Amino acid sequence: MNHARQCWKWAVAAGIAITTVAPIASAQTYKGEIIHPMMVTRTGPFATASTGVIAGQQDYITLVNMQGGVEGYKITWEECEFEYKVPRALECYDRFKGKWLMVYPNSTPAIFALQERVTKDEVLAINLAGGRSDSTDGETFPYLAPVVANFWAQATSTIKYIAQLEGGESKLKGKKIAYIHLDNDYGRQPFPMFDDLAKAHGFEWKSWALSWPALEQSAAWVDIARRYKADYVIGWLYGQSCAVPYTEIAKVGYPMKKYIGSLWCGTEDDVGPAGTLANGTVTANYHAAGKNFPVLKEIEDKVYKAGKGTTDPARIGTVAYNRGVITGMVIVEAMRNGIKAHGAPLDGKKVRDGYRMIKLDDARLAQLGAKGLVPPLVFSEKNHGGMDAQVFQSWDGKTWKTISGWIPPNEPMVRAKVEASAKAYRDQVKSGAPAK
Amino acid sequence: MANEIADSTPVVAARRAPHYPGTRVVAFVLLAAFAVVAPFVLTEYWIKAIAIPTIIFGLSAFGLNLVTGYAGLISMGQAAFMALGAFTAVIAYGRFGLPLPLAIMLSGAVAALVGVIVGTPSLRIKGLYLMVATLASQFIIIWALQRVPWTGSGSFATLNAPPVRIAGWDVSTPTDKYFLVLAVVALMTFFGYNLVRSRVGRAWMALREHDVAASVMGVSMLQYKLMAFLVSSFYAGVAGALVVFGHTGAASVQEYELDVSIKILGMIIVGGLGSVLGSYLGAAFIMLLPILLAILMQKAAAAIGGTPAAVDTLANAEHVVFGALVLYFLIKEPKGLAELWHRLAAWVDSKVYSFNGAQTGGKK
Repeated sequence: MNHARQCWKWAVAAGIAITTVAPIASAQTYKGEIIHPMMVTRTGPFATASTGVIAGQQDYITLVNMQGGVEGYKITWEECEFEYKVPRALECYDRFKGKWLMVYPNSTPAIFALQERVTKDEVLAINLAGGRSDSTDGETFPYLAPVVANFWAQATSTIKYIAQLEGGESKLKGKKIAYIHLDNDYGRQPFPMFDDLAKAHGFEWKSWALSWPALEQSAAWVDIARRYKADYVIGWLYGQSCAVPYTEIAKVGYPMKKYIGSLWCGTEDDVGPAGTLANGTVTANYHAAGKNFPVLKEIEDKVYKAGKGTTDPARIGTVAYNRGVITGMVIVEAMRNGIKAHGAPLDGKKVRDGYRMIKLDDARLAQLGAKGLVPPLVFSEKNHGGMDAQVFQSWDGKTWKTISGWIPPNEPMVRAKVEASAKAYRDQVKSGAPAK
Repeated sequence: MANEIADSTPVVAARRAPHYPGTRVVAFVLLAAFAVVAPFVLTEYWIKAIAIPTIIFGLSAFGLNLVTGYAGLISMGQAAFMALGAFTAVIAYGRFGLPLPLAIMLSGAVAALVGVIVGTPSLRIKGLYLMVATLASQFIIIWALQRVPWTGSGSFATLNAPPVRIAGWDVSTPTDKYFLVLAVVALMTFFGYNLVRSRVGRAWMALREHDVAASVMGVSMLQYKLMAFLVSSFYAGVAGALVVFGHTGAASVQEYELDVSIKILGMIIVGGLGSVLGSYLGAAFIMLLPILLAILMQKAAAAIGGTPAAVDTLANAEHVVFGALVLYFLIKEPKGLAELWHRLAAWVDSKVYSFNGAQTGGKK
């Protein structure tokens, strides 16, 4: 073998070795800086909307920094790409272990896998409108939080919306509802709510489970429309699989208005790939779309004018982007409360305590320039959020138009389920342990 | 295999100097010593996020290698068998309070039982047809784990395990977990290593080369093909139990989707079919390289200023580079990383022996 060629190979190998072994996070910590690692999904089938959510968070943080930071501290973030995959999420978590102040993977499967780690390390893991529905119970799950509208609340609210269309819950009797969903803990969470509601209102429901990543749905749709002849179809899909039903619905000739998507299919990125086929589709949402809010104007004027924006400015005001801004607000508010209550430097537990002090009522939201962007969010030690209403929106080919008022969840039913499920969890984890 | 061939090569054997045990032995001793001291010299990140999952997936890949690499029966359900093991482990340990070692054994046993059932088509069909049959098992098992109410996985499709304890030993720190995983994996690797060198292993290889010819010569197809599936899924089941007790603390269906099965198959192809070492090398390659690339890309992004377009592009570039590297290694050495290592070891051996030979040769 040629000697020079070998040298070159060794040099490359040494280079790789040095860069890897050298400390992984190289950002300097100076007084007055808060390091905030972020888990992101920029690649794979779920990257479509999630890149918007990432940009919204980062731009909001940039805005906060430009306005003097959180209580005088500047927030800097570091990204860790995990592709919505569970093993990579764990690796990311461990890579930045000790630095986490709040974990937001934007992935329900990741939340389940991270649960043991975050609880042990006392770092709060949030997943807005996702994660474990029973983590609304902050006492049983001190380091998990759904923040807004957990899956059970979403499911009951969606059924209420259908009842509204039919003219009352009594009219649901004898109706057939098809449920097409990803076959994982995201898609399966509404099951117990549908069971309970079906019993209460006398409708019938049936599940069409799709394996990840659910890009092939034609058989399910033929079955739903032709054989089962569903009166309504509820979809619980995510990422690229959100755009698939529109072609299938057109093929089988199912009325578009009767297909109601979950709020995770309610972003522009989810319907865009379907083109005009998606016109008239309905999805849920937990916040307002559009950029008619002072905070978004500020981001546009200050952050993007200064060239510090992290995405295409056209995405400002889109659903995914607004979700990012709301998430950013929750995280920053928790940090702010944490510093106020316990002082700097922050750690996971202080930020968790800060989270429990969050009182984003209309007055506070107005101060932040986000009144009306999201319904008030108020948390406590016992209540980690999640019992929120949904609003329904229709796609007109260009934007999402709101077509309903705020439709609250069936609170007694969801509360009962949260309590029962939290108890089952406590049994599983604690009293289930061998005595010795 | 390659190991045996190299060992029995007369040239090398004749030159073996009395005080040099051979590169493979030296490397093994160094590796074993390193494995024991690793938790005390490496950071928690390396143990928890790198070492533990790599060893666990190495074990699962080794199991798959037994059925696919040694017995020549392709199987696409390895992740589902891991899921079975994981759920059995949580149910046995958490719900029924079985002692941990028993729970781990039971996880393997349940997976093995189902593995035998899944393996029955292998008596009739081979190659791609068998692959499709085992692919079905992947979906059926995952489906059943979520749908059978008795599992208790419920609408979360997840079961959380209580704190891990073995007779007073609290397996709670990463170091504890690492040693638990390492002990189980080392034991099972030792067993498997001997198994493939026994009558069973030779029967599997005979079936792989030509099953009809092998059965004519007295190797029972029924017995050995089913045994291959049995042992293979036993290993997967134990690996699943280790994921619960050593890595995540929960059994969750979405950690064992089809892509994980494909990944494990990729591990043994890249590492080396029909090689014990290859299973672990392949697992390390498939598990670690993307992380290494991700970290490098992150650094590259930071170096060029980290504009959003660049961050996005680099995140995607990771996949391209990873694919290219897999291609490169397969073209360079179709027999896998294990073969590369054997060649390297043989080269080092030859250098040492010729050096020794030059020294001792004069005195003879």
